Amino acid sequence: MIRVSQMSYSKIGSAKELVAFREKLAEAEKQYRSRVLICSTGCRALGALELSKAFREGVEAAGLSEEVRVVDVGCHGQCARAPLVLVEPQDFLYGKVNPDDVSEIIETTLRKGEPVARLCETVDGNARTCAESVPFYKNQHRQVFKDCGRVDPKCIEDAIARGTYQAAAKALSSMKPEQVIQEVTDAGLRGRGGAGFPTGVKWGFCQKADGDRKYLICNADEGDPGAFMDRALLEGTPHNVIEGMIIAAYAIGASSGFIYVRAEYPIAVEHIGIALEQARACGLLGRNILGSGFDFDIEVRMGAGAFVCGEESALIASLEGQRGMPRPRPPFPAQKGYLGKPTTINNVETLVNVPVIILEGQAAYADVGTEGSKGTKIFALAGKVNNTGLVEVPMGATLRQIVFEIGDGIPNEREFKAAQMGGPSGGCVPAKFLDLPIDYDSVEDIGAIMGSGGLIVMDEDTCMVDTARFFLEFTQNESCGKCVPCRVGTRHMLDTLTRICSGDGREGDVEELERLAEDVKATALCGLGQTAPNPVLTTIRYFREEYEEHIENKRCPAKVCKGMFEYSIDAEACTGCGLCKKACPVDAVSGEKKNPHEIDQNKCISCGACFSACPVDAVMKV
Amino acid sequence: MTVAQMPSLDFSVAERILDDMGEIEAGALIPLLQKIQDAYGYLPTPVLEEISEKTGIPTSRMYGVISFYSQFYLEPHGRHTIRCCRGTACHVKGSLEVSEAIKRELGIEDGETTEDMKFTFETVACLGTCFLAPVIMIDNDYYGLLNPSKVKSILKKYD
Repeated sequence: MIRVSQMSYSKIGSAKELVAFREKLAEAEKQYRSRVLICSTGCRALGALELSKAFREGVEAAGLSEEVRVVDVGCHGQCARAPLVLVEPQDFLYGKVNPDDVSEIIETTLRKGEPVARLCETVDGNARTCAESVPFYKNQHRQVFKDCGRVDPKCIEDAIARGTYQAAAKALSSMKPEQVIQEVTDAGLRGRGGAGFPTGVKWGFCQKADGDRKYLICNADEGDPGAFMDRALLEGTPHNVIEGMIIAAYAIGASSGFIYVRAEYPIAVEHIGIALEQARACGLLGRNILGSGFDFDIEVRMGAGAFVCGEESALIASLEGQRGMPRPRPPFPAQKGYLGKPTTINNVETLVNVPVIILEGQAAYADVGTEGSKGTKIFALAGKVNNTGLVEVPMGATLRQIVFEIGDGIPNEREFKAAQMGGPSGGCVPAKFLDLPIDYDSVEDIGAIMGSGGLIVMDEDTCMVDTARFFLEFTQNESCGKCVPCRVGTRHMLDTLTRICSGDGREGDVEELERLAEDVKATALCGLGQTAPNPVLTTIRYFREEYEEHIENKRCPAKVCKGMFEYSIDAEACTGCGLCKKACPVDAVSGEKKNPHEIDQNKCISCGACFSACPVDAVMKV
Repeated sequence: MTVAQMPSLDFSVAERILDDMGEIEAGALIPLLQKIQDAYGYLPTPVLEEISEKTGIPTSRMYGVISFYSQFYLEPHGRHTIRCCRGTACHVKGSLEVSEAIKRELGIEDGETTEDMKFTFETVACLGTCFLAPVIMIDNDYYGLLNPSKVKSILKKYD
């Protein structure tokens, strides 16, 4: 196999040469009859690196190194079954694999070509061996994620072999910037970072703006708690992000670009850094890219921990070395952005959509999706759902499809209560909208926003008042303090919510929350403040009775808010094992071995340690 | 810790960083501070003053930036940093009880360091590993699917 990293780098001089190089790489890859693809990004948290090492050593020891390639890849998506291993060409998908399983996979799959059924997902008692037969994948439409989990993110040859940079070559060699913008506009691509502004229109503003120098910024400051699709794209397919940036920069006429990435994502920072070096070495960044005469290069900047920097003007201030505070718009970044020059800011997922449009054409792209929202959306599915992970579905898919078909429903036979969409700027969508086709407009109609695609499933054990308080605490914490509505308004709302959750709610609190929420929404300076009330407003709108229960009866129906329920031990169920007694930090539990235990309510601090320690569910919330 | 108690600081590390970065433009302040913090483990005041002398960037401007971003700190961290995720998925799965348990066990609050300099405890917005919720990170290791009763044994592993 030809490895750029092992030979001297040579620049690819034209679109034609890129095609030839791709063919050469594809030919070389044929040497391998099988590839073992191990997620080494997200799955790393559960031992994927040790697993990868075990595979390498096992394959070597079995004498298969010449015909089997072990590859560290990006996220496969079904994080609930981490660590995941995908074996090509059969596409056998193995979950929760540990190093002890490696020899069996080598003998059964790599030697005989048969699946190891016990590592496959079972549906109705039958093992689903291939990825596409697993409901999690069958119901997705993976086009932005198509290369994620299939390429070594540290290897540009893998990316090129799978077709990355072909779209950039096409745009640079055969399209004018205006044509690129038209194509993206006609495709109906809308920003995937939150607000859903049409990407082509945004590019058009910047392209037409006067300026000797223009900038392109990739917003990879994925701050929404519960969203991790941008992380997966940066970690798993950094070259696709770079390709999207090349096309965007060409369209708007930018010669410099930034990737502004969260410092909490060290793997993403590492992979994107390697990818940039390789792209430069291959002539895909720098001067005269692919012989087109177009110059463009990219610099990585790490965020320093401020959620508000996901907002465009705050992000620019941060890049300029200032406190990351937003400023009033207009002027928009397209006219006056980084260092006062015209600047376009696009989100990671948006940029990875761009090559798909250029390569397949706007018509094919626009075939997927709804009237007003084209293409696919990646959701980060988490919370009270069996299949946590990253899912890509066509715009217009329903929550039921995502949560129940792909996500396999709620664990422990609990009931679906709500889905929180759009993070701190979004809202809680109740069960009655399970069959609503989700797109930018429909989600906004019901008070939430698409946001960056965080989708947290909540069941009966989730308190909606506490959820609202949680989000307000987050936005209040992250408020930069520049404008009064956000700084003071969210503070006041949080105080009221905290009071309700502590059992001190008063009549009129809900109405006051509503009034304040509308004021903050209408008057805050930036998106953070304007959307901060959404979680409060949607929970009041759909779960008002829960607020009233807290205020009037001092009762938390979900038994989450401390002080509104007690822990108690069911004497019949208690086996007297003593684990709760051992776990209790304040010696509130008493009882003899093998006899039912009791909790002294005067000492209990409601920490929940006994509840989680009990092996027979004898500790109850009453 | 007062300046007098601090172990003597090696200014040459900061000087090397400044040399490597060349001319420090306004936009380079954050990357510069990140490099200094990587090298020293925190942002020591005498080093900041030294940098101010050399670059002409007023310390007031530096403190403005440092106090805005949560990842800059002016005090040394403990030997191990515990990051407790307070993201949405972790919250609905009980991260609050986990962080309460850690704080109780160590006797410190969010952002504080134990007296023996063993642990610094922080809550963070989201670690992006929602499938492990509730999750904490100690240095570079993840501990997922936690509950309050697991905390003690995890902390015991560190010294």
